[in-house]
Amino acid sequence: MTFKPIQILYALLSVFIIMNVGLVLQGLIAKIGARVGRRYGMRIYQPYIDLFKNYSIRTSVYHGYMFFLGPVFRLTGGIGLFLFIPAIYGSPYFGNFSFAGDLVLISYFLFFGTLGMALGAGEGGHPYSGIGIARGLAQMTAAEVPLVLAIMALVVQYKTLSVTTMVAAQQGGVMHWTMVTNPVATIAAMLAFLGSMMRAPFNVVLAPQEIPIGPPTEYNSTLMAILQTNRAIFPLAKVVLFMNLFFGGATSWPELVVKGFFIYMWSVLVGVSFPRFRVDQSIRWFLKVPFAIGVLAILIVSLKG
Amino acid sequence: MEKLLNQLKAHYPLTDVIEQRPDLAFITIPRDRALDLVDHLKRHHGFTHLVILTAVDWIEDGKFQLTYLLNNPATMDDVGVRVMIDREGASMESIHHLWITAATYQRELKEMFGIDFPGSPRVDTPFILEGWKDLPPYRRDFDTKAYSERTFFPRPGRTTSDPATHMREKMYPTKGGGDNV
Amino acid sequence: MSNDLYNKTKYTLPDGQEVEIDPIREYFCEDRPEVVEPNRNIVERFFNWARAESLFILGFGTGCGAIEMRPLMTPRFDAYRFGIQWRPTPRQANLFIISGYLSVKTLKRVIRSYEQMQAPKFVIGLGSCTINGGMYWDSYNTINRLDHYLPVDVYVAGCMPRPEALLAGFEELKKRIKAGKGEGANIYARDFDWYKANQKQVITDWDMPDYNW
Repeated sequence: MTFKPIQILYALLSVFIIMNVGLVLQGLIAKIGARVGRRYGMRIYQPYIDLFKNYSIRTSVYHGYMFFLGPVFRLTGGIGLFLFIPAIYGSPYFGNFSFAGDLVLISYFLFFGTLGMALGAGEGGHPYSGIGIARGLAQMTAAEVPLVLAIMALVVQYKTLSVTTMVAAQQGGVMHWTMVTNPVATIAAMLAFLGSMMRAPFNVVLAPQEIPIGPPTEYNSTLMAILQTNRAIFPLAKVVLFMNLFFGGATSWPELVVKGFFIYMWSVLVGVSFPRFRVDQSIRWFLKVPFAIGVLAILIVSLKG
Repeated sequence: MEKLLNQLKAHYPLTDVIEQRPDLAFITIPRDRALDLVDHLKRHHGFTHLVILTAVDWIEDGKFQLTYLLNNPATMDDVGVRVMIDREGASMESIHHLWITAATYQRELKEMFGIDFPGSPRVDTPFILEGWKDLPPYRRDFDTKAYSERTFFPRPGRTTSDPATHMREKMYPTKGGGDNV
Repeated sequence: MSNDLYNKTKYTLPDGQEVEIDPIREYFCEDRPEVVEPNRNIVERFFNWARAESLFILGFGTGCGAIEMRPLMTPRFDAYRFGIQWRPTPRQANLFIISGYLSVKTLKRVIRSYEQMQAPKFVIGLGSCTINGGMYWDSYNTINRLDHYLPVDVYVAGCMPRPEALLAGFEELKKRIKAGKGEGANIYARDFDWYKANQKQVITDWDMPDYNW
């Protein structure tokens, strides 16, 4: 695939679309969560208002360059992850830069934002942000283990590291999706997916009232708005990645939105049904059941091949 | 309880014994034997729980009354040991070696009544009032209303609607004054 | 500055290097707040609408009134449908509810939290205690008039007001913000000396910088 400058514009457009989808989805999910709790719930466009409000705050406090770079890194992590995945398979415009990256790069991007926040929050001068970061990173690392095992199983199965090739191999109906051809790896990855979506039962690291010592404590006004923007983009980028790896990818925007909604709903369903784990409990859980399933997936694939 | 009080009467110069309930008694003892008695109750009679340590300002007598309310968790009996100390230069021996929690009560008494407990941990650290310069506020000669009006910018236009005054003025105007209307 | 915590101190780092840290300069900012003149154009009107419809309350209950805020999160009252959320940190909040009586010790923390919030910020005084002292009007330790220490946007009278009254107070505040009257932060910056003098009259052991944002 050759690179054309017009692709930059299309990439920006796709980031814009994904941000809006993410914001609407955020409001919708908040509404669904509220209805499960028998509340009326916030307005669906509330995330937009919050975003505008935070961008309109007149004063701001900063604590040095690294403090600025924290949210920037985080947003870079979200956008970067999205740009190196083929958003729409087969589309010459919305394939983004997937030809240039592979699964190893994407795995790095999954972690990049949190590391950036670690640097930025450390600069914030908050005495406990280090603890908050350590808790968050520990849980994310534990959740990555089954995910990486599942991805390795996929790599063995498709004998490639390129996401585009994997999507290509899954075209032609539900029976070709990884979900059907390699269900064990899919289960392991979807359990790991719960851990990285920052919803219950794995959101103690983020729950503000329980841990007012977390990394975003010091972030205010525009910096907060950047983090909010990333909250819209990053989960959806992850959803698109999982869609590409396990659910046959998407060949059009409506297909992406519908599939993305259902994959997102998986974490919401679990989130509204189960209470929260403490961080140490969730780490133990990830290193038991999903880990074992991940190892099983690799064994099955290697024995087959 | 009866048996316990008789035993105590035999060994300690109790000046005043009130049996309020079958499981609650107040005993008054001179200051020099007070801590001895509290220690004795804790060691030999199972009064292991200090419920509260508080004070009353008897300004007319020039005395502070300290009350050590002790509880026996096994029999659910309570004994209040009362000590009268001089109001002038009020000071009392600390009991934080018996109950570490007593240090907090003593800190509060120091701040609110100005009763000193030499040797008690952090007794001079402000407890609730930070940087208090006036009289200790729980002393009865401290005029809290005047202090509030002097300090806190009272909002003008505040009227009282005390029920007794209201009834006297509005509902029974013909009967004249007096509190028994 | 009576507290030793705020004096310059020399520390030795693990690698043997000696550093001198001046906490006032390192951890606080002593600059006075500045008045940010609001525009009167359509963008500002839109922003005011966004500010009104997205109120982030600082989760700081100062008195008994805090108990009246909890039902607002429950299905019965559900303040979220009015765009009201709770935030754990003053950096992200823009609405401070002084919930009930305010003792002098708490006032000190309230001032620090208020100054850490980012403009534009709003204050709701909840309950009679914030208006004229309420039932604590002659107490030695609770302030009488909140508006002498912080610029108050809306008072909700009552002892205690029901959650419905609080919701009505939010609606009133929204009207004020949309009309461009929610300029409490600018008033605080303009009359800064008056507010500071009042605050220092009651907080006798002032051991923090004059403006710590």
